[in-house]
Amino acid sequence: MATNDGGLSLSQQRQRAAFWFLAPMLAALFFVAAWPLLRTIWFSLTNTLLSDLYGGEFIGFDNYLSIRVLESGRVIYRGTLVDPAWWNAVWNTVRFAFVSVFFETVLGLIVALVLNAEFKGRGLVRAAILIPWAIPTIVSAKMWAWMLNDQFGIINDILLNLGLIDQKIAWTASVDTAMYAVLMVDIWKTTPFMALLILAGLQMVPRDIYEAAKLDGVNPIKVFFKITLPLIRPALAVAIIFRMLDALRIFDLVYVLTPNSAATKTMSVISRENMIDFDKFAYGAAQSTLLFAIIAIFVSLYIWLGKVDLSGEGQK
Amino acid sequence: MTAQKLLTNIAFYALVVVIVVFSVFPFYYAIVTSFSTGTELFKVNYWPKVFDWGNYESVLGGRNFVRSIWNSVFIATTTVVFALFLAVTASYALARVRFRGRGLLLMMILAVSMFPQIAVLAGLFELVRFLGIFNTPYAMIMSYVIFTLPFTVWVLTTFMRDLPVEIEEAAIVDGATPWIIITKVFLPLLWPALVTTGLLAFIGAWNEFLFALTFTSSETTRTVPVAIGLLSGASQQEIPWGPIMAASVIVTVPLIILVLIFQRKIVAGLTAGGVKG
Amino acid sequence: MTIMKGRAVRATATAAMLAVFGAPLAAEELFYVSGAVGNAVENFKTLVKPWEEATGNTVTLVPMPASTTDQFGQYRLWLAAGASDIDLYQTDVIWAPQLADHFVDLTEAAKDLAPQHFPSIIESQTVNGKLVALPIFTDAPALYYRKDLLDKYGKSPPKTWAELAETAKMIQDAERAEGKADLWGFVWQGNAYEGLTCNALEWVKSFGGGQIVEPDGTISINNENAVAALEAAKSWVGTISPDGVLAYQEEEARGVWQTGNAVFMRNWPYAYGLGNGDDSAVKGLFGVTTLPVGKEGDTSAATLGGWNVAVSKYSTKQEAAISLALYLAGPEAQKQRAIAESNLPTIISLYDDADIAAAQPIIPQWKDVFLNAVPRPSAPTLGKYNEVSAKFWSAVHSTLSGEGSAAENLELLEVDLTDLKGSGW
Repeated sequence: MATNDGGLSLSQQRQRAAFWFLAPMLAALFFVAAWPLLRTIWFSLTNTLLSDLYGGEFIGFDNYLSIRVLESGRVIYRGTLVDPAWWNAVWNTVRFAFVSVFFETVLGLIVALVLNAEFKGRGLVRAAILIPWAIPTIVSAKMWAWMLNDQFGIINDILLNLGLIDQKIAWTASVDTAMYAVLMVDIWKTTPFMALLILAGLQMVPRDIYEAAKLDGVNPIKVFFKITLPLIRPALAVAIIFRMLDALRIFDLVYVLTPNSAATKTMSVISRENMIDFDKFAYGAAQSTLLFAIIAIFVSLYIWLGKVDLSGEGQK
Repeated sequence: MTAQKLLTNIAFYALVVVIVVFSVFPFYYAIVTSFSTGTELFKVNYWPKVFDWGNYESVLGGRNFVRSIWNSVFIATTTVVFALFLAVTASYALARVRFRGRGLLLMMILAVSMFPQIAVLAGLFELVRFLGIFNTPYAMIMSYVIFTLPFTVWVLTTFMRDLPVEIEEAAIVDGATPWIIITKVFLPLLWPALVTTGLLAFIGAWNEFLFALTFTSSETTRTVPVAIGLLSGASQQEIPWGPIMAASVIVTVPLIILVLIFQRKIVAGLTAGGVKG
Repeated sequence: MTIMKGRAVRATATAAMLAVFGAPLAAEELFYVSGAVGNAVENFKTLVKPWEEATGNTVTLVPMPASTTDQFGQYRLWLAAGASDIDLYQTDVIWAPQLADHFVDLTEAAKDLAPQHFPSIIESQTVNGKLVALPIFTDAPALYYRKDLLDKYGKSPPKTWAELAETAKMIQDAERAEGKADLWGFVWQGNAYEGLTCNALEWVKSFGGGQIVEPDGTISINNENAVAALEAAKSWVGTISPDGVLAYQEEEARGVWQTGNAVFMRNWPYAYGLGNGDDSAVKGLFGVTTLPVGKEGDTSAATLGGWNVAVSKYSTKQEAAISLALYLAGPEAQKQRAIAESNLPTIISLYDDADIAAAQPIIPQWKDVFLNAVPRPSAPTLGKYNEVSAKFWSAVHSTLSGEGSAAENLELLEVDLTDLKGSGW
């Protein structure tokens, strides 16, 4: 070993080792992620049908946008980019992502602050709040579908008993409430995770800062905004972006809870619908590709505007 | 002053109670539901009126539910071991060795975790069939790499980067190879981060549904979420709420126990690495 | 006694089958995939046992989600990839045209068996002269009504939708006045899914408004009768049906019904057995009849459901698979299914079978319902049926929830469907 590498400097040697350490991971990611994604992008440029996966022909960007001029001179636009159903899904997804991440962050902060305080039974409470997150999504979607049921659901029963509503609400059916239902379940399910990430950030804030502030008699609310928040900002930024990535891709919850409601149909759901249910495989692939592009743009913007240092390169 | 303090205390504990009730109630209600059968299901009960173990018996005595639990355990464990192994070596290279394009590589790994599952489904399905692992646990283990690996690499890299240079230098001076450095020097220090990422990966793999449904074609290879998704009533249109809730309770309890055991470690691990900007 | 009889039947069946299917050649292991429906999985083992004994082959059932949409997506993916892991598929009545390319033509193999089935069902499984799948049982919804409540107020089961609305309203008001605050007049399936296509097709058809897309491919949905039908349905929501009906699938409707909180219900035969279960609040208190019509002189319509068995083109054991398909669609298996699971047979003569009538008195009654069955337009629309159906149910759902009038929505639907049709389905 040593003689073979004799001609190399230490750092060259380390770089070579680094390459071999990285190779298996990169190979794994290439096969299970990059290759399938490239296939999907390729499919989106063809007219492939699901019933005939290998019979597609290259048709350029027609799945995204095609412009045809009829003999009468009328111009016809077709493709995802002019499909109102697609833009409805984009709007639903973006709205869902912003609202859910906003509430999850605020509630997550509150929960994290509570858990960061010293009190009896903290361990149990911490375990309790992790329950929603540990339950499989498919299961929690079914559980909530059951609780939100208009006739036998316990939610309506509670609200009726409390006098907050005067008649049973069809949560998942009505166009007005379907989105609230999905949001409610998602917030319930992912706030714990958010709280956990924020809690980790909070625990790195040195205790003596609080002690000092307390001695000086600074108002706790002021302490939070002037000291705590700036200190946990990096942790918060990373937590938000991870959640945002998840929220923009949301699929299973919507698919189980409100499968066909136009009010909640997200980009992932509509893309699956086209690929599989409607046999417009290439069209759905184009929508998947757009979804990926939208997420990528979104994340880049966030990192750029928020000056979030994700790679940590700047630290050293 | 004391009155105010008492008030603050009451408010604080009230908040704690609200948080706990909000988190636990749906699970509690699932337990209540899992004890009722027949028409009783369609009535709103706040407390379990009867303890009918029938739903549990029918789930556990069901054809392959126990088998599904083992499948899930095997798949989730193997996925975690596999992901951690690849991630430890890779994150050593990413965190401790300077080379060109390191930042870009990290961003690309992050990009992988942006892939919508649905966008890679067809391509993965082709791959699974090409490798001849359709309807085996390996199809799931391979496909779960797509969401476990980027996350584990990410967390472990940030964790390792923050370890002081000195610990490595001593080993390098002694002429240790990078492999020795990883296994003898870093691994012992990495435990909290490994537990955290491992648990996160485990839960991710345990809960996954879409891939597991697509890549299996027999009851004996299915995982738990698929088995629950497929629990059926006595007819096409009947949804068996009782058994579904019983099954959900059965599969959630192990996770809760895991979380209970490791909850301190989870927070410690995240504190040490994961969320540092 | 019954055991003896059962054995005798089985022995004869086995002997008969040996004659039909021939002696076992090489033992094959087949995989049969089907939506898992309750005890169907258990029953399947009993069901195929005689065939397994006769041929020496074995069958493994692969159960799938009960949701037909989920099943369909999965099967399409497997078939698209040419997966040979599954030999036989249990297919919904509407899938034949969409999956036809992937299945074996059974015309020749079933030339003796096919004529025993209802011709309309065989026709629904025939695409361009190719018999894609063989029917194993059928399904058609009916109107469930509360005998006790109708008797109490001296009403008879309604013949027209208007009559239904009126009776429902009257009983609902009267019963609520007596303190039953949760009672509703009529529950059905109004969620935006395939079931709403079925419900709405029944309204439209029974108002004389056609069947969305006619067998020759013309789009007929935008007409006065269809508008009238949707307006009638719209008027039920919030009056005789809860607002939540717009989220109901079969189970939610059955839940309301079985707790004794509905006067009428539109549902499939499965609710009959469950409604007569020991824990049901309506046990023995209800009857079943054909769905109402728009006005005197129209014919009642019930959407044709049901399941079929198809043999995968990619199966490596086609001979054995075809033999199993023939057995499952044959009289022995259908009779067993009818008795054990109250599945409606597709073989005409079984409706006069004494054993079935004794075990499941409901089945002969259902013959009337079934004779009025109307197919969904899956045959003319071919591969685009799912999209047609999704557009139709969305238009109906919008109308019912008050987004736009029936006339507007149907006009828009016509434009959308014409677009989708392009130069031809």
